[in-house]
Amino acid sequence: MGLFILRRLGIMILTALCLTFIVFWLTNLYPNLEKLAKSEGNQRMSDTEVVSWLAERGYAQPLYVKYGEWLGVAPGFTFTNDDGKTTGRCINSGVAAEDAPSYCGILQGDWGRSTALDDEVSNIVANKLSLTGYLMMWVLIVMVPSALIIGVLAGMSEGSRTDRSLSTVSILSTATPEYVSGVLLITFFASGVGWKIFKGSATTAMDNPTLENFTLPVLTISLYGMGYIARMTRASMTEVMTAQYIRTARLKGLGFRTIVMKHALRNALIAPFTVIMLQIPWLLNGVVIVETLFNYKGFGWALVQAAGNNDIELLLGVSVVSVVVVLLTQLISDIGYVFLNPRIRIS
Amino acid sequence: METLSWGGILTHIFLQLSPVWIALIATFWVSIVYKRKLGLYGKLFDSTVGMIGFAIVMFWVYSALFSNAFGMLMTNDPQFFEVSMKHAVPGEALPDGTGHYLLGGDKQARDVFSRMIYGSGIVIMIAPLATLMAFMVGITLGLPAGYFGGKLDTFLSFLANLILAFPVILLFYLLVTKEIVQTGLPQYMAAILFLFPLIFVTVLINSRFYTDPGKRNPMLIGVWLVLGWVYLSAISQQGGDSAIAILPSWLDGLDPDPNILVVFVSVVFVNSPTVFRIVRGLTLDIKSRDYVAAGQTRGEGPWYIMLWEILPNVRGPLIVDFCLRIGYATILLGTLGFFGLGLETNSPDWGTTINLGRGLLRAYAHPVIVPAFALLSLVLGLNLLADGLREEAMKD
Repeated sequence: MGLFILRRLGIMILTALCLTFIVFWLTNLYPNLEKLAKSEGNQRMSDTEVVSWLAERGYAQPLYVKYGEWLGVAPGFTFTNDDGKTTGRCINSGVAAEDAPSYCGILQGDWGRSTALDDEVSNIVANKLSLTGYLMMWVLIVMVPSALIIGVLAGMSEGSRTDRSLSTVSILSTATPEYVSGVLLITFFASGVGWKIFKGSATTAMDNPTLENFTLPVLTISLYGMGYIARMTRASMTEVMTAQYIRTARLKGLGFRTIVMKHALRNALIAPFTVIMLQIPWLLNGVVIVETLFNYKGFGWALVQAAGNNDIELLLGVSVVSVVVVLLTQLISDIGYVFLNPRIRIS
Repeated sequence: METLSWGGILTHIFLQLSPVWIALIATFWVSIVYKRKLGLYGKLFDSTVGMIGFAIVMFWVYSALFSNAFGMLMTNDPQFFEVSMKHAVPGEALPDGTGHYLLGGDKQARDVFSRMIYGSGIVIMIAPLATLMAFMVGITLGLPAGYFGGKLDTFLSFLANLILAFPVILLFYLLVTKEIVQTGLPQYMAAILFLFPLIFVTVLINSRFYTDPGKRNPMLIGVWLVLGWVYLSAISQQGGDSAIAILPSWLDGLDPDPNILVVFVSVVFVNSPTVFRIVRGLTLDIKSRDYVAAGQTRGEGPWYIMLWEILPNVRGPLIVDFCLRIGYATILLGTLGFFGLGLETNSPDWGTTINLGRGLLRAYAHPVIVPAFALLSLVLGLNLLADGLREEAMKD
């Protein structure tokens, strides 16, 4: 087990390195750098000005050198201008060039500085992640129990009218992407067309989440993921309900309620656990859409801002976090599966 | 003319779409009459869910076909605007009395109904093709990964997991931008991804007719000529900042719009790893069967076993997944439009239209609700169709 986790961690680091390198490469393609120079410096820069702007800030170095600097395995870039003033990647404003450290990458705990939001990346990521974490917590609180209940109720008696109607509901919910359900929910519950009981914007929810401004974003994300989990739960439940030991329990005269609650449920919930864990990285997409739609300035919003402005270091920070989330949930789902299902052994 | 009531609007829409109804009835009539001779497709007509799904999907296919190819169904041109019709309510009549805006007007005073119908064309064109391409890539790589295992499998699985670990939207934001189109990266990616159908068909024919070169060689040459031409004209583009321009313009039959190409390529790119994993898993399962061992003992080559023994036996789950994946591709296309990536801002596709109208959503809902329902219904139809197919395929 220890070796298994260690190997998975190794793969995780390798994946994170590859992914950040790809992000690094894409954001450092010349047209992107040119866009960055023009948005940070001056929209009307000439081509030679762009080249010198990039050279002064170290963007003109070879790709692997820049990547090494970001990682913290290569010394940070420095530039001395004609007046003898030295600026550089590791030299923060207000610090003399001589006192600044020569290495400053993520290995040294320095995530760099966001050009679009003008703050330390580590601050932004921590701040935005806590906002999004709060949103996700409520999404899980709403989504998981309702999906499990729908799935169990539908799978309990396969082919019944309850099953058919609940299955239709779950198909409908998987067919409604967040940007559709969000738009429909806003129209019907937050505008003049329908009832005006909720707010269509969640900006105020960042400081003060209430039922009024937080319900719709949470509902929008939950709806899309719910159907899938419910269908998986239903499939697993129907499979368990046809098992031999359930028939034995019936034959020995146990009530339907006892059979479902005591015998079927525990075995039926193993498979959905994996599905729920693997659903979490998927929710990240929903988070980006919903945060954009409802103007909730969390992690997804930061991703959109970073990508829209070619904010290289913020984008890298965001991708590191999302890769870690994806791979950690995979690891947890694998380990949890072993604990839940004693028949599986990791060799 | 007067503004129509809701009943009037529905009647008008129903009549406007009559070519679609006729085509749908004809399709169903022919299919139900001959359903015993049509294999899995015919069995679909035994399941209510499957029929409903099929009807919804075919509704959009016919709408896309009639509106994009023949200019039928639409009451106005999708880019036509009439200034006084800005944010018109559903059913409002045009001032010159030539017709109505059946589902109202949008921010730029264009006809919401006509745009919704016309916009189906982009989705119906890109989503199935991109899914097909993703299946070609996934099958061509997934079969050997599952069959041979070993280092090849480790490497390909790592690559697939790498792409899957990317949040889709981040990938879109990195790939589908003006700046990336300038670098020519989408064309290079297309050059690699579009190669897979060519490889797939070549291996398919070669493994089957390997022992009969007299049949194989002309077939291969024919395939290469046709597919090679399609391939080259799809990746090479004329124009200023095109990265690949191999074919001279008189030979370049297909000249995809660079915006559509980049959208297409990224949808294929995002979908391929999942297909790869499904095919790999199915192959791992099937390769321990007796008939595979029998084939190996007969001395059949590995590619013959993979493509002619294993692949036909996993077609059931693959067909079901194909339908679901077209739905997912539709959702992805909408996501791209929603973030204003790729397609032009006045493109009538559903995602872009939702994005365009969502700023004024709380005041004028209809320009957004109409494409939202259209997208929802198509994805729902594909899901129901997949469900029906799964049910019928399991009865075998």
